[in-house]
Amino acid sequence: MRTFAILAVSCWSGFMLMALELLSGRILAPTFGSSIYVWGAIITIFMLALSIGYLIGGRMSLTTPRMAILCGLHLLSGLLLLPILAFEAPVLDGIFEFTQDPRAGALLASTALFFLPAVACGTVAPYAVRLLVQDSSRAGFYAGLQYFFSTAFSAAGTLLTSFYFVLILEVNQILFLLMDMTIAVAAFSFTISRTRAA
Amino acid sequence: MKHIIRTYLTAVAGFVLSAVFPALSAAEPQIVHSEKSLYRNIFVTEDGDQRCLTFRRARSNTRQTCLRIGDPGYLVFPYARMMMGSLYLQPNPQHILVIGLGGGTLPMHLRDVLPEAVIDAVEIDPAVVKAARAYFGFNEDARMKVFEEDGRVFVKKAIKAKAQYDLIMLDAFEDDYIPEHLLTREFLEEVKSILAANGVVAANTFSASGLYPYESATYAAVFGAFYNIKSSNRVIWAQRGYLTPRAKLEENAKALETPFEKMGIKAPYLLSQVSTDQDWPADSLVLTDQYSPSNILNGR
Repeated sequence: MRTFAILAVSCWSGFMLMALELLSGRILAPTFGSSIYVWGAIITIFMLALSIGYLIGGRMSLTTPRMAILCGLHLLSGLLLLPILAFEAPVLDGIFEFTQDPRAGALLASTALFFLPAVACGTVAPYAVRLLVQDSSRAGFYAGLQYFFSTAFSAAGTLLTSFYFVLILEVNQILFLLMDMTIAVAAFSFTISRTRAA
Repeated sequence: MKHIIRTYLTAVAGFVLSAVFPALSAAEPQIVHSEKSLYRNIFVTEDGDQRCLTFRRARSNTRQTCLRIGDPGYLVFPYARMMMGSLYLQPNPQHILVIGLGGGTLPMHLRDVLPEAVIDAVEIDPAVVKAARAYFGFNEDARMKVFEEDGRVFVKKAIKAKAQYDLIMLDAFEDDYIPEHLLTREFLEEVKSILAANGVVAANTFSASGLYPYESATYAAVFGAFYNIKSSNRVIWAQRGYLTPRAKLEENAKALETPFEKMGIKAPYLLSQVSTDQDWPADSLVLTDQYSPSNILNGR
């Protein structure tokens, strides 16, 4: 049950991250367009944020790894979507006032809006691997399992968002849905990992 | 008898061959230029007297621009004639914005009619600008400039600079791809805000897809009633809260008869296609920056 809970967090973390990345293009387009520079800036910032998240998550897993902390990191990544919903318009307008260059503007806007939630998503992966691994001879197997679930759900998050969600919901409604689901998965995973232990 | 059978078999074989390989019987357009740009594959093809700019595949049906080499003043595409027809609403625009360059057909023909006008053209893809210059006779001049950037960013900057245009042409859509941020209520509001009080917007859009009611509702939400011209393409002529009356269009058409004649624009035919009828459901959804699945809808 604990393994299931860890993988549930991994799955939804992957789903949420790529759904957010896809939506970030739509969020930036009205201000900075949808030129290749804007997509380049978005992907750069997401990759940078993830890489830093991996370092932080890995470092955190060194001291008393606990399920509660994994769920807390996942919860944090969901809560960090709230500033996007609240400050998206003033942040984009402010950055456009500062620079109209789509390269600098998209880099700054992606950093301001998406960097922190993407860092939080990044921390989940190594921390989840640490919780999955009981025996170092199987470390690679569990790492592969974690990558498989989080990346497969990233694929699902990209596909469902671009093909279906944008057709039935507004961008901010999708962000709310992602946030609510992230909170729910964090709470659910924490609960089921507890019930088994008790 | 043998002779007849042989003739018959030869004819049958020829028919079968031409059915299986239609390319053998029809002359293929020659590819005179091809380039992979940041956004797409660009081809310039020639077929007899016609030179065309095509995106993605050289032999696709989605030609962006065509030029008669021996008669460059002629407008090959009906949609281009419909776009030029927006001059019937405002025959003497002095500041013009064209979003989406293609082969540069619209700016060049506007320059022919309006030698003094300031024309700003916006094109996201530098390779398209290059092809327009090299193969379609597009030339900038002291009052005609091309800006290589996203159309929405250009409009936002124009708002900041308090620019005003008398005519704005929106022609940034490809046959099967729409930059979705250029078909929302917010974008059209921005366009409207840089439109002079008596200015005109001419938009090249789609006539027959699931997108039709949505784009119609979106234009109506921003501009109110507009002139709708439908053939294989659809062009919208819109103004700020009023429409130049039909009688005035016909009057302006007379003044433009001479420059329009060599372009192949015939006012009686063009004006017969113009309508103000609302031929979409009243409850159609408006496209916004929050909700703009234009490409999905256009595929339906």
